[in-house]
Amino acid sequence: MFDLDLWREIFQSINKNRTRSLLSGFTVAFAILLFAILFGIANGLKNTFKEAFGDDATNSIFINSGRTTKASKGLQAGRRIQFKNEDYDYIKETYNNKVEFITGRVYKNINASFRNEQNNYSVRAVHPDHQFLEKTKIKEGRYINQNDLNNATKVVVIGRLVEEDLFLRTSALGKYINLSGIPYKVVGVFTDDGGDNEERLIYMPITTAQQVYGNNDYIDQINLTYNPELNYDQALAFSSSLVRKLKERFLVASSDQRAIRVRNLAADSKKVNQFNLALTSIILIIGFGTLIAGIVGISNIMIFIVKERTKEIGIRKALGASPRSIVSIILIESILITAIAGYVGLLIGMGVLEVVGPKLEAYFIKDPAVSTSLVISATITLIIAGGIAGYFPAKRASKIKPIVALRDD
Amino acid sequence: MLEIHQLHKSYPIGDSSLHVLKGIDLTVESGEMVAIMGSSGSGKSTLLNIIGMLDEADSGEYILDGLPIKDLTEKKAAVYRNKFLGFIFQSFNLINYKNALENVALPLYYQGMKRKERQELAMFHLEKVGLADWAQHLPKELSGGQNQRVAIARALAANPKLLLADEPTGALDTKTSYEIMEFIQQLNDEGKTILMVTHEEDIANMCKRIVRLRDGVIMEDKKVQQERVSAYV
Ligand SMILES: Nc1ncnc2c1ncn2[C@@H]1O[C@H](COP(=O)(O)OP(=O)(O)OP(=O)(O)O)[C@@H](O)[C@H]1O
Ligand SMILES: [Mg+2]
Repeated sequence: MFDLDLWREIFQSINKNRTRSLLSGFTVAFAILLFAILFGIANGLKNTFKEAFGDDATNSIFINSGRTTKASKGLQAGRRIQFKNEDYDYIKETYNNKVEFITGRVYKNINASFRNEQNNYSVRAVHPDHQFLEKTKIKEGRYINQNDLNNATKVVVIGRLVEEDLFLRTSALGKYINLSGIPYKVVGVFTDDGGDNEERLIYMPITTAQQVYGNNDYIDQINLTYNPELNYDQALAFSSSLVRKLKERFLVASSDQRAIRVRNLAADSKKVNQFNLALTSIILIIGFGTLIAGIVGISNIMIFIVKERTKEIGIRKALGASPRSIVSIILIESILITAIAGYVGLLIGMGVLEVVGPKLEAYFIKDPAVSTSLVISATITLIIAGGIAGYFPAKRASKIKPIVALRDD
Repeated sequence: MLEIHQLHKSYPIGDSSLHVLKGIDLTVESGEMVAIMGSSGSGKSTLLNIIGMLDEADSGEYILDGLPIKDLTEKKAAVYRNKFLGFIFQSFNLINYKNALENVALPLYYQGMKRKERQELAMFHLEKVGLADWAQHLPKELSGGQNQRVAIARALAANPKLLLADEPTGALDTKTSYEIMEFIQQLNDEGKTILMVTHEEDIANMCKRIVRLRDGVIMEDKKVQQERVSAYV
């Protein structure tokens, strides 16, 4: 039941004992403020690393070719290794049960134009699986599909920024874009979390590029992801087997480091994961640390407050206050102060992150932020802690004989 | 009004204990005005606190207005303190952050009276002790005599049957003491039962009965001819 008089008593007590109220409020607000800011910064660090490593699928393997550096099987060093469609098919078939997605890539730099707008872009000619490898997000339309591949159709999927550059404020979907003199139909527009560069790309079917730019079946690079059920060791074993098989296939010396290069992100991602784990642990330690400091602070203050109010409690009891009313007046006061102060700390903390956040990007802290619900949970934790910390001394005080309380000075 | 039989009370002091009340027998009728006297440490305050339910006896019987006071729950005790008993302390015991009016209204708050009603009633009692103009002042802005009058108004506000005062004039000069005593006599005239502890013979003589304690027992208990304060001035 809402007891207006009780609240009036509590507000008077808070208002007339301002030093005490401010002291306890400050402790709580400061703890929450610290909690929000530290958590925000840690999250910002995490974001930075996520951006650096988290764009591509973590189970990716990139296969590149180069020139041989060693003579092998009667062939001289300096031979150029060139992947072709048949190599793509070979990998796909040989490792059928280990490969999740696989795509070839052909790179091309072209000049693209639409009406009066023109600019230079990179084209990636790919297989349909590329979408999943690169985590490309289709904003409008569709991605390259198998049908495009079979028919080598002249279609492209363009990045959000390409659309913005060339089509100004109109939609590119369905329109024809001119790539070095040849018109291509825009069948899709995509976005990518990998940053602006990734959104200034143009994708086209790999077969189209092979036909248009050289009439061959060359592939510059093969990317794949392995079955996510493979563990770390199995993933490494898979990539070394891949290296061995490819070297045999191209008659490359097994000690040649340049001719065929396989980069397994599992090795990187293990480091990233370890770093993330360390960062998460640090975040948790910081979070719990500040919370515990806050809890200890509010507990001490509650004990102090009850001690300070002992005489008042004695007077109230002599005048006929029930133990319950004593406990509730102390408890509600502390909960109220904690809640308000916690809220203030939350607002200030969020405000600081908002204002200072963008300036921290130079220090590898990107978008420092905490979820409101997390900070609210922290505040509630403090309220509960303050409540528990206040409850026991309040309960004890409510039970002592009035004469003992009155004797207190 | 109240009956006490063979009341004992000891305080633990270290390993031993100090036997303060050693078998008190006392009966007080309604409308009496009793002074409790005795040297320092004789147990006067202890006795008054037990009567006022601020403290508990170790053994013996205490019946207040027909109700045996023994092993009461805190909740019940709170109700009795609120409805039956009014206290006046030597050190006033006002709540320092509340003004005079709010202090007087506090026992009424614990009676569950509505805010408007209790403020009116508190104001009425403040007027009675002549402090209507000081209603909004904090204790620290009032003199000792004024504070004691606020405390009296507070004790009266709940309309208790028994008024207990522990050296109510102990912290006041003679003139102010007499003003307070005049007031207490007036309350007794109106029918309130009053028990007060005092060190001063002249104050004791303004009561109708004097009980003398020594070493935890009643040494003398006699009715006296009440001296009216008005006769002194
Ligand atoms: N809480 C306590 N713990 C231990 N001893 C106590 C306690 N309260 C009182 N005493 C002792 O009990 C004795 C009686 O105390 P009490 O306060 O009743 O005396 P009094 O007659 O009121 O004295 P005064 O005239 O000085 O007020 C004293 O010796 C005092 O030291
Ligand atoms: Mg005393």
